[in-house]
Amino acid sequence: MLVPLSWLKDYVDIDIQPKELEEKLFSCGFEVEELYEIGKDIENVVVGLVEECEPIPETHLHVCKVNVGEAESLQICCGADNVKAGGKFPVALVGASVYMTAKDHKTVEGVMKIKKGKLRGYDSFGMLCSGVELGLTENMYPGAGYNGLLVLPEDAQIGADVKPLLGLDDWMFDISITANRADCQSIFGIAREVAAVLGKELKTPALDYTVTEAKKDGFTVNVDATDLCPRYIAHYVTDVKIEESPAWMKRRLALVGCEAISNVVDITNYILKELGQPMHAFDCNFLEGNAINVRRANDGEKITALNEKEYTLDSSNLVICDGVKPVAIAGVMGGLNSEIRDNTSEVMFECAKFARDNVRKTSRALGLISDASSRYSKGVDEYATVMAIDRALHLIQELGCGKVSSTRVDANIGNSVEPKEMKVSIAKVNGVLGIQVPTDEIIRILTNLNFAPVVNGDELTLQIPAYREDMESYPDVAEEVIRMYGYDHVTPTFMPTAKVTTGGCNLKQKTDMRLKRALCGTGAHECIHYSFFSPADLDMLKLPEDAKERMAIPLINPINEGLSIMRTTLAASMIHAMARNQKRGNLEGRLYEMGSIFVPKALPLTEYPEEQNVLCVGLFGDKEDFFTLKGMAEVVADTLSIKFTYERTTKTFLHPYQTAAIMYNGMEVGYLGKVSYEIMDSEDMRTGAYVMEINLEKLSDSFGNVPKFKPLPKYAEEKRDLALVMSKEITCGQVEDCIKEACAYVTDVKLFDVYEGKPIPEDKKSMAFTVVFTPKDEEFGADSVDGFVETILKKLNKKLEIELRA
Amino acid sequence: MQGNGLNEQLDAIKQEILSGMETLESSKAVYEFKKTFMDSKTGKIGQLMKGMKDIAPEDRAEYGKSVNALKEWALVEFEKLDELMKEKELTARYESEKVDISMPANKVETGNLHPITLIRNQLIDIFASMGFEVFEGTEIETDYYNFTALNTPQDHPARDMQDTFYLSPEFLLRTQTSAGQIHVMENTKPPIKILSPGKVFRSDDDATHSPMFSQMEGLVVDEGITLCDLKGMLDVLVKKIFGEGTTTRLRPSYFPFTEPSVEVDVSCFECGGAGCKLCKGTGWIEVLGAGIVNKKVLEVCGIDSEKYSGLAFGIGIERLAMLKYGINNIKLLFESDVRVLNQLSE
Repeated sequence: MLVPLSWLKDYVDIDIQPKELEEKLFSCGFEVEELYEIGKDIENVVVGLVEECEPIPETHLHVCKVNVGEAESLQICCGADNVKAGGKFPVALVGASVYMTAKDHKTVEGVMKIKKGKLRGYDSFGMLCSGVELGLTENMYPGAGYNGLLVLPEDAQIGADVKPLLGLDDWMFDISITANRADCQSIFGIAREVAAVLGKELKTPALDYTVTEAKKDGFTVNVDATDLCPRYIAHYVTDVKIEESPAWMKRRLALVGCEAISNVVDITNYILKELGQPMHAFDCNFLEGNAINVRRANDGEKITALNEKEYTLDSSNLVICDGVKPVAIAGVMGGLNSEIRDNTSEVMFECAKFARDNVRKTSRALGLISDASSRYSKGVDEYATVMAIDRALHLIQELGCGKVSSTRVDANIGNSVEPKEMKVSIAKVNGVLGIQVPTDEIIRILTNLNFAPVVNGDELTLQIPAYREDMESYPDVAEEVIRMYGYDHVTPTFMPTAKVTTGGCNLKQKTDMRLKRALCGTGAHECIHYSFFSPADLDMLKLPEDAKERMAIPLINPINEGLSIMRTTLAASMIHAMARNQKRGNLEGRLYEMGSIFVPKALPLTEYPEEQNVLCVGLFGDKEDFFTLKGMAEVVADTLSIKFTYERTTKTFLHPYQTAAIMYNGMEVGYLGKVSYEIMDSEDMRTGAYVMEINLEKLSDSFGNVPKFKPLPKYAEEKRDLALVMSKEITCGQVEDCIKEACAYVTDVKLFDVYEGKPIPEDKKSMAFTVVFTPKDEEFGADSVDGFVETILKKLNKKLEIELRA
Repeated sequence: MQGNGLNEQLDAIKQEILSGMETLESSKAVYEFKKTFMDSKTGKIGQLMKGMKDIAPEDRAEYGKSVNALKEWALVEFEKLDELMKEKELTARYESEKVDISMPANKVETGNLHPITLIRNQLIDIFASMGFEVFEGTEIETDYYNFTALNTPQDHPARDMQDTFYLSPEFLLRTQTSAGQIHVMENTKPPIKILSPGKVFRSDDDATHSPMFSQMEGLVVDEGITLCDLKGMLDVLVKKIFGEGTTTRLRPSYFPFTEPSVEVDVSCFECGGAGCKLCKGTGWIEVLGAGIVNKKVLEVCGIDSEKYSGLAFGIGIERLAMLKYGINNIKLLFESDVRVLNQLSE
């Protein structure tokens, strides 16, 4: 929120520097996001009197003698059409800094330093300035909008710095207000805090006015929806003269970013900024039925707002109506039908409190955001509502733009703006803080905050002003005390009263970490991807319509289509990550992610969905292959001290012949395989890529498994290498299983070579295995292993027609 | 056989050995050459020993003594030469195996944990030692647990502070890990010390905001917990993360679920508080939000707020990771570029 220091000073005597005030505000909870002098770029510009002014022949220029309060006048060349002898203008001296403008003399193009110059042979020692060159607009200083020199008042002191004269020495505070302090969403609200923190008196803006004879007979206000409008005050003003606002008001509105429109409208905007209360002014000539009705809109009801756009309303919107038709969308924007015009002669002021969430919802639903709706969305307190109507009437009188009538209708559901009494224990306040704040400090602080504290033993009785709706109980009081007393008084302690507890990770969390570290050991980097993805990702994976992955939970309000459903597989994000790396020239890499997939029981959600922890591994690069990825599956199994088996399977997004289902205890727990060429093509991938997913929920019964120690064999093991010739269809797994079945002494079978080609027949292949035989209760006899081999070969031959290679 | 003849014969062998030795160039050659003399069957000295039986008994002692002397001498000589050869050979072997140590290392490539995991682990280590249990809530939460129970009812302006992704009128993506703390407080009696790390979601997307990011929330509920305890704990935390010299500053702020609420700044670890680019010249860096648990929140969970009080804090893990590793764009953390991941080891 923008707060000009000069405006703030209306309510508090501030005798400290802006920087110091910034620090004070910061320490009591108001962060100043930006602090700057309004004329921060203007330097060395003084009041000058043009004593002589001669035209330079054949140009539009004049050469002037300018008195800047020095012994000698300065010679300055000037091209403005309103330069004249006897006039007082701002003079940028040599070395001064002012704004540089474009050819149009209006657009600021940066800051420039004034140097000694020469124009058409005439030396020029400075520059006579326009308003724009000093960063001013017409509303900030009358005459500043003129495309020529800024004319200074006749009584301006020659040689004086122009900044105080033009208000350029003023400071601007851009203050961020936390959501609990809606009462500080105004300059007067900030002033209350400043007064409290400086221990100064707070000066309330003038609220007095004289009621005239005028009145509006029979005028009524009827609030139907008191839940959405707890207070509605209407006051009738007559004999209105619509004119421009005075310069002081226009300047203040300009400083806080409000456009000046006309006196009556400006008053409502001024009060919004000053007191934080949105107001509206209706042209009474266009109100029918001598009444205001506040009600929920009818479905389909239409209104054209001040922005000349038509809005269709429904019963969730609150409308202000006259006796006949809607005239405003409550708290958001007035209707075009009753707007203040140049010839408006009677005005009905509205000063109301509307429910913050209703204004917010209406404003969002209609896509219509105004200063009023933003303010209402943060919450308006009735204390300000009551004050604001009087302030508006005072300003009407001060500006002389109307007669205040006696017609006021105040529709109130019974809320009081009187202070509320609160009793708290001083010990409890200190108990929250953990320090003993001296009682006289507590009293000083709460007095400054206008809480009128009275102490009786441990009991503190406070009168909480109505604008402090955030004050509910002793922790709130504790916060008020400490933010004013200073957080630097809080001394570190280490929970001396707390009980000892045991901490750390649970088994699942520890297992996750063990798996991550094991995968890092295989050279894979952990990555993290968004929990949501795109419906297009399901199409990329070519998943059929009835695939379980298609049952993804949609977001109602996603950022975009690409992030619009919750993940049901991690494979898509992993494939994108691998493709993205390749696009950036990273042609090899190993990645893994551990994250949740979201499995709803029904859609739309009626209960919590299952969040299943899934591991996804991605490998890409020319050196990678199916078996490297299978090795990583084995690392997972080893880490958990379990065994996986693998079954050939197919997946729509994987190579038809390089895909396996990962089985654990007869249950499919995941898959691995090579990314299909179709996807490599569609994702623009240059090197082979492999992806694996394992659902860790399905392995959770193994978490905490401790590897069982097997005693070392008592007797020497024996190994035999067997080169076997078989049909190409036979798999390594089949051979391994057959060998193990054939002999109970076989403890390991390891493939070490696969060969096709001469002298092996064309339709066959050779696979060579090392078979390990481990004796059980006694040593092997001289020929026993040869006997085992023979049995194995027989079985291989019988079952799979496998021959020993010649 | 004549005694003189024997001596000449022994001298000749000796000479033969000495001159033969000069030509030898390997320990293997020494072995072969040695065999031609020392082999008990075929060697020249061996044969002399065997010839003992043909010597007249009275000469045998003399003969044996002389041949033995030669044998002893020869053994010593061969031993010396063998050692010399072996030494030379070893030297040669070492020399032949000289490597260019400037050639690239043959490294076993390992992967890295994600920076978010690294920071998360670091925080868990610190708090686990203080007795905090790690509790991971769910990413999908209800409006009640994410907002209402945390003192943020439907019309609360604080809801505007967070743009929430909704999945249904009731279910949403949690905007804060505090949501999980309500579940814990509902199901556990004090003393409670929990740490809730996890992914959270807000509808924000630019260079410093990601629609998904990670938080770590801590909660203590016990008797007599105060703002001083909060300060004490946070002091320990920031010293462990940013270094012993780091100091903290509390300043008032607002969160619906804590009262009082504070923002916690740490002295800039880059410039030590003098003011630099990192801290935007202020000397302080905002790292976390914290406060005394709002008693309404305790009451909603059925905890006696007259007896117990609590403290809570929430840390943005990405922010910490970005500060620690000097990463300037949050998106880099979610793009999985191996060139980035490669650099960020523990």
